[in-house]
Amino acid sequence: MNTNHASRGAMWLRLLTGGAHPVHDWTTVHACDAILAGRPARYLAVVPDPDNAFPRARNGEVGLVEGWRLAQAVREVIALDKDAAEKRPIVAVIDVPSQAYGRREEAYGIHQALAGAVAAYADARQAGHPVIGLIVGLAMSGAFLAHGYQANRLIALDDPLVAVHAMGKASAARVTLRSVEALEQLAASVPPMAYDIRSFASLGILHEVLQLTNLALPDEQDIALVHGALEAALADILEDPRRDLSCRLRGPHRGASRSVRELLATEWEADQ
Amino acid sequence: MTIENLLKRDSFIERGARSRAQALLDPGTFRELAGPFARLYSPWLAMQHLVTQADDGVVVAKGKLAGKPTVVLAIEGAFQGGSMGEVGAAKIAGALELALRDNERGVPTQAAIVFETGGVRLQEANLGLAGIAELQSAIVALRRHRPVVGISAGTVGCYGGMSIAAGLCSYFVMTREARLGLNGPQVIEQEAGVAEFDARQRALIWGLTGGEQRTATHLADACVEDDTAAVRSSVIGCFARGVPPVHRSDRTADFLACLARVDTDRQATAQDVRELYAKGLER
Repeated sequence: MNTNHASRGAMWLRLLTGGAHPVHDWTTVHACDAILAGRPARYLAVVPDPDNAFPRARNGEVGLVEGWRLAQAVREVIALDKDAAEKRPIVAVIDVPSQAYGRREEAYGIHQALAGAVAAYADARQAGHPVIGLIVGLAMSGAFLAHGYQANRLIALDDPLVAVHAMGKASAARVTLRSVEALEQLAASVPPMAYDIRSFASLGILHEVLQLTNLALPDEQDIALVHGALEAALADILEDPRRDLSCRLRGPHRGASRSVRELLATEWEADQ
Repeated sequence: MTIENLLKRDSFIERGARSRAQALLDPGTFRELAGPFARLYSPWLAMQHLVTQADDGVVVAKGKLAGKPTVVLAIEGAFQGGSMGEVGAAKIAGALELALRDNERGVPTQAAIVFETGGVRLQEANLGLAGIAELQSAIVALRRHRPVVGISAGTVGCYGGMSIAAGLCSYFVMTREARLGLNGPQVIEQEAGVAEFDARQRALIWGLTGGEQRTATHLADACVEDDTAAVRSSVIGCFARGVPPVHRSDRTADFLACLARVDTDRQATAQDVRELYAKGLER
């Protein structure tokens, strides 16, 4: 993975917050406060640190410390607005190549660290904080669950380097007893198996996909486009009385998710 | 356990998902929702010419537990490794959402989840992941009202995105045979090399992620014998404790304080984790 890609999350965090200083001195989780649509907002990104003490979390992976730091940064915002009628928005800038794969991570319970982050984001959304996930790079598996997948709305850049998936190709092939070639062939015809962002968009989970003119070095116009999309997503959230994730169930490929829920609702009450 | 006890006990591990749900609920109260006769097959497995199952490997059962309205969500480890596809995840998320609605209307429905799962079903990759995000949201919403109790008995254990869901539960009950971890040993070996994790070393795997270790290090609440009555009574005990004042997933400062003391220059041993967490996470 080249450094240019690895720092995409950091780059967008800087561009969107006007270079705001992180509120903490943490090296792998940057939390910056800046204005969104005239309101104070918190922006969060997980970024690489080649000197990270945990060797399996040096390339921007979400590891033990990163999971709990994300939780802390989100919970600070919940606490700040505890008594406020207007809850400040949280923007997760998403560029996470994976969760950290390592023995230390399993030993000290990385699943629990990621649960910490998931719970914090879900609590924030359910408490009324508008949460927006902006996918600017990779959004992989457990790392994406912990950083962004609990957002009210998800926006992605239309870019070949942007991808959402449950597992890297080599590991996915090993676990499903397929060759990487066979996996790629299936991914081309089965929409949920695809790695690219356009296939992912066909699932109806994204709120918007943005076309930029200069992906590597976004210009003023590109930055304004992303800002505009964040503001539009915020307005959409504020108009929506629901704080759950039901807006993701409307797509043509989510038919089973809808019919299962309808059947459960029909059968639920019979014994009362 | 003596041979006599082994022969007499009613193994929970050996039960399938439906039988586990039946055994957990009070006798005569089990009622399955969206059951196999609804024929909710995975549309995505069929597309890939893979075997489907009429319940997609998840049993949703309503009933009573110690007299309290309860929904049990039991994952069948014998079907596709207990993996979460679109249908199975929607069954869990949908049932939890209805339990939440009950609570908002004054009916204190509680939920128990039997985790026997490798995580996302990779053949449905992104819809499995999306479904897990949705059921995680539902756990967080429901646990404010009533505890959500997780159980992992083995032998599949609880992995991937579903281990994160396990980390959201109010309480977690395991047996010695169960394992709880984010990344499966094979995947760590694939991603990080055999020196980082040797997937053939079973003692290492259970030593770090097994039920006994997870309970001793406060990452689970109880390690019980593989006995149906023991599992059931442990789950009832968890519900009786009510919603914890602070969920395990919200103990941010405690975990960060522990992690700051980890010597990351060397690999972790089961003993290291016990020394650090047994004290650092004691309530």
